[in-house]
Amino acid sequence: MSATYFAALAAIVLASYLYGSRRAYALRALSPSGGVHSLPVYHGWYMAAICALPMVILFMVWASAAPRWIETQAIQKLPVAMQSADPLARATVLREIASAAAGGALAQSASPEIKQAASSMQSLTELSNWAMLGAGLGLAGLGFLWGASRLRPDFRARNTVEKVVTGALIACSVVAVLTTVGIVFSVLFESLRFFGKYPWNEFLFGLQWSPQTAMRADQIGQSGTFGFVPLFVGTMLIMLIAMLVATPIGLFAAIYMAEYATPKFRATAKPVLEILAGVPTVVYGFFAALTVAPLIRAAGNYAGLDVASESALAAGLVMGVMIIPFVSSLSDDVINAVPQSLRDGSYALGATKSETIKKVVLPAALPGIVSAIMLAISRAIGETMIVVMAAGLAGNLTFNPLDSVTTITVQIKTLLVGDQEFDSAKTLSAFALGFVLFFFTLILNMAALKIVQKYREQYD
Amino acid sequence: MDAIVAHQNNVNGHWGGAGNAPKIVARAVNVYYGEKQALKNVNVEIPNRGVMAFIGPSGCGKSTFLRCINRMNDTIASCRMTGLVTIDGQDVYDSALDVVQLRARVGMVFQKANPFPKSIYDNVAYGPRIHGLATTKEDLDEIVSKSLERAGLWSEVKDRLSESGTGLSGGQQQRLCIARAIAVGPEVILMDEPCSALDPIATARVEELIDELKSNYCIVIVTHSMQQAARVSQRTAFFHLGSLVEEGETQTIFMKPKDQRTQDYITGRFG
Amino acid sequence: MTDISMPATGTFVQRQLDVTSQAAAARVKRRYRAEKRFRFYGLAAVLFAALCLVILLSDILNKAWPAFTQSRLTVDVPVTAEAVDVNNAGAGDYDGAVRDGLRAVFPAVTSRADKKALNAVLSSGASDALRRQVMANPALIGQTVKISATLSSDADLYLKGSATRAHEQPAAFAAKVSGTTGSITVDGGAGAFAGELAALKRITSARAESMRREATRLATTAQSISADLKASETRLASATAAGEKEVAATYDALVKRHTENKATLEAQTSAMRDSAEALRNRASDIKGSENLDTAMPSLLILIKGGVVKATSVSVDGVKGDVIVPLASDTAAQPGAWKMLVVESPEDSRKIQDRQIAFLETLKQKGAVQSVFNWPFFVSGDSREPELAGILGALVGSAYTMLVTLLLCLPLGVGAAIYLEEFAPKNRLTNLIEVNINNLAAVPSIVFGLLGLAMFLNFFGMPRSSPLVGGLVLALLVLPTIIIASRAALKSVPPSIREAALGVGASKQQAVFHHVLPLAVPGIMTGTIIGMAHALGETAPLLMIGMIAFIVDVPARLTDAATVLPVQIFLWSDLPELGFQAKTAAAIVVLLLFLFVMNGLAIVLRKRFEIRW
Repeated sequence: MSATYFAALAAIVLASYLYGSRRAYALRALSPSGGVHSLPVYHGWYMAAICALPMVILFMVWASAAPRWIETQAIQKLPVAMQSADPLARATVLREIASAAAGGALAQSASPEIKQAASSMQSLTELSNWAMLGAGLGLAGLGFLWGASRLRPDFRARNTVEKVVTGALIACSVVAVLTTVGIVFSVLFESLRFFGKYPWNEFLFGLQWSPQTAMRADQIGQSGTFGFVPLFVGTMLIMLIAMLVATPIGLFAAIYMAEYATPKFRATAKPVLEILAGVPTVVYGFFAALTVAPLIRAAGNYAGLDVASESALAAGLVMGVMIIPFVSSLSDDVINAVPQSLRDGSYALGATKSETIKKVVLPAALPGIVSAIMLAISRAIGETMIVVMAAGLAGNLTFNPLDSVTTITVQIKTLLVGDQEFDSAKTLSAFALGFVLFFFTLILNMAALKIVQKYREQYD
Repeated sequence: MDAIVAHQNNVNGHWGGAGNAPKIVARAVNVYYGEKQALKNVNVEIPNRGVMAFIGPSGCGKSTFLRCINRMNDTIASCRMTGLVTIDGQDVYDSALDVVQLRARVGMVFQKANPFPKSIYDNVAYGPRIHGLATTKEDLDEIVSKSLERAGLWSEVKDRLSESGTGLSGGQQQRLCIARAIAVGPEVILMDEPCSALDPIATARVEELIDELKSNYCIVIVTHSMQQAARVSQRTAFFHLGSLVEEGETQTIFMKPKDQRTQDYITGRFG
Repeated sequence: MTDISMPATGTFVQRQLDVTSQAAAARVKRRYRAEKRFRFYGLAAVLFAALCLVILLSDILNKAWPAFTQSRLTVDVPVTAEAVDVNNAGAGDYDGAVRDGLRAVFPAVTSRADKKALNAVLSSGASDALRRQVMANPALIGQTVKISATLSSDADLYLKGSATRAHEQPAAFAAKVSGTTGSITVDGGAGAFAGELAALKRITSARAESMRREATRLATTAQSISADLKASETRLASATAAGEKEVAATYDALVKRHTENKATLEAQTSAMRDSAEALRNRASDIKGSENLDTAMPSLLILIKGGVVKATSVSVDGVKGDVIVPLASDTAAQPGAWKMLVVESPEDSRKIQDRQIAFLETLKQKGAVQSVFNWPFFVSGDSREPELAGILGALVGSAYTMLVTLLLCLPLGVGAAIYLEEFAPKNRLTNLIEVNINNLAAVPSIVFGLLGLAMFLNFFGMPRSSPLVGGLVLALLVLPTIIIASRAALKSVPPSIREAALGVGASKQQAVFHHVLPLAVPGIMTGTIIGMAHALGETAPLLMIGMIAFIVDVPARLTDAATVLPVQIFLWSDLPELGFQAKTAAAIVVLLLFLFVMNGLAIVLRKRFEIRW
């Protein structure tokens, strides 16, 4: 249906554009001085914009409002007994109606009440679609009439079109802000609902994470225990292992690339690091789960250690490798930003290259390196696929890297993938975890970006 | 030429410059940056004590020559050098010579003050530390305070030695860099337009400092300002398009230049 | 450090650097060693990163390699009119027909178990191609059609040698067989099978050893249980004495449980010890014959066109059951027969000995070919590893990328133009900038939460669809594209803008006519890199349900679909060994796409880069 609507929209845009530009040529001929303020193209664009904009806005409003209205109407067609106030039951009924209306395999097996509601839904949808098309065409026509009345030789079509374009550009920039707002609202609201069901202090300081089963009898209406501490410890443990790998190697690689490597070496080594950075995390996850973890387990068994098959070590090591290029490219940038004059000052005193790097370049680049490491930490905490595939599910509160631990992201994925009751504490807890994750990484990122900004100003 | 070197080696011994023998001798020095020749057959002798100024228009090669003396050009990959530069008869480009030690003996001060982003104390102590000049904390303290005093900075910074060197004013920063250079006890100090980024008052302080240091060090200064060269130096060399045009007593160069190009530069025909 | 004081006396002697003494030489040496060491660390770090990449890629290629070929069986299938109705060719019993065709090769297969084993060599999709062929050409009904049938994953893996360790041993001596069917003996003369027997004894000895160790471990457990038992008994006694009935009852139950466990464990331990002892005796009896049970390696003898499965090996000969009948019972010359040792015991592998016998016979007949696994690229997902393909995921990825590109390119470039060219410098635009920079570093899974809460639950968009997936990914890569586009716009020198404004163009005309075209290569590069990032992204798509098992290739943007990285994730989770190679193969395809995209970005950057 929206296809018809947009086809009509396209046709109207084309027609009004042609009309506008033709009119401008005509005006040019009519005008006594032969001058028209704007080029005919702008008249065309002006007409197109004035017809299309109302139609687009109408579509957005209609498409977001109409389905809700249709659903309410369809539900009201049901017997009162089937109209439940409970949102979960309502959603279930709606799904049945929708699938019956779509005429799938379920359509035949549906109850007569549902069938009736489905047919009303079908007709309402059709009605709504036609009404939208009609209203859209009407609005476009009104816009056309009003626009056409303004086309005169001295009409500033270009300025008007440019205003529209500026508006569109601003709208584009606002999308990024809206995304952030959307993220904040979606995690915040669901988290608040979660904390309405589960006390926040038990969440933040609880030592036990088992969302599937109730741990205590006095938990009223709870499906499980949501103690955040084991997840936090698990996340930190894996992050720490990853950073222990990535920081020294990434930093040394950056130092070598920036200070020692010949241009030829750099030209080959840089793409290698870029490829390492471009490998999707699901591939790292596969590598961690199927190659590294069994290897570590075998090595541990050989050494007489008891290694879990989903050890934190395997996930952490592979995550560390994933983060190496991240650390190295950011550090490379900050090391290169250290002015050559500082290096010259050190060389002129008779320092060797490594002494210059260790005692002058690195201290000078320290803020930048710190912020690079902070960004890397934020990356490690938010990384999902490697831990989903290679880390465990059980919330063990342990610092042993050979044990299996779980992380925030693993739990979000586990809680939200598959069948979910949308209102249960179990599902909502995933949003609370998302909330914690989002704000934790946000603070890290903002601090890191602030440090980088300060650092840049220092040497600019 | 070899004979001269050998002779000087005999007279002065190893690194032991004395008397009136020239400290630095350059013979047939050519420097190329990639394809471009930056210095053409430069021959010059620099005396053991006192200040020698290099003047000339921008891009004439005076800084390049300065950087040949402590091999700072080594840090530029495309740079190639032929000819001979000796300090006290020792070939600077001898492969057996350790460049790191060479630079410890030949201090350098740069056009733009480049204090390390460390404390004032650490800035000065950096050189002595890497060269193992002080064995105790007291020794190091003494070197730092003495160097700062010689650089005329002690009274201004003695109460804030742990503050960052980058927090000083431009003139103070440059004097800090001079203190840093003399802390390792060099015999030669190379100054690459040390005052070009300073205001007149700070410039005057640095010039005073150069004047004080000249009795103990062999100082080579590259400068844009002919007045400065006249004020601080005893000898002056004029570079033009990569060649050393004329060299001699500062007074002679400024009063009675032999070469027309020197004359033109000094009287402001080009520059 | 601050409070160093000036020495009172001015007798400071400038320290001269000492360069000639031995101490100085040693110090310089040490400093240069430190220099070398430091440089080495740097080089080692770069090489380590490169090594990781090499290991990663070679491991995946190595795992993926088998998936690019497929074992197929050429078999003559009688398409009878009974099996397939001319009027309803689609519903015919093609599976049965293919089975009959295979059965015809092995007329001796009559028992139910043998038939089942033989049928299991074929894939459940073996007849699909035949069905299509017959439906396209009904004239084939009543004829015998030569088809190339897909083998089951287990058979395929065996033939590729990736699941079962087996090796062939050509026989260097003549063998006499006692019959062509049933239980027979294969006699090789004095000491002919001494090598095989010794190898088997070694394995028996190792088994005895591991069993003994297991028994010791069980004994330790039993000991700890008896300690628990003792403690519980003491507690029970004291509780009874104190008259605490409830506590006593608890401990009474505990004592009972411990006693029970202890008895079971001890029985197990002694049984295990006994069998370990028996095994050891068997192993130490060097000359004694060795029985081959399912916990031992299998020894198959391929002789005279038939296959004998050894049940017992002695120094001189082998007793065994004939699986595939022999052509004759005459003696086989050296080199005219061979032994196949399947090292993994039958217990611990999916393929049975008789299936191996069937496959080896088919292989000898030349009926098995290894061909390029084309179906992998042109079919959708399946529960059977040998039938699963990536087409569905590829199409899903293509749709998702299409939505992403259509959304994020105009939005990203529009935002970049506004922020770089038109935005006034004020707090609001500053906020937008900070926001975009932060958004670029938000974990991808959080975008998945946004998609779930906003697009699915609030706007009610279709779950698992490329439309929603594309939307989420567009928001995810939007910051990347804005940042890259801004950098590209910034690199266009101001003189171009001034020149355009100077001839009377409006600000927008200057930007759209002059600046934007010059920034296009940079924008393209950024967009391709952003799209490559989106193509490899998995986590947010899991949140919006693109993880469902979907066999059909999606036809519309709102159909349920999956994408390549999610398909990789799904397959990597499956227990069947056959999927492991498929997963790796799908990764290879994904990486190829990413390499091509990144390569394209590099070429664009190199080709159109303008240095101002």
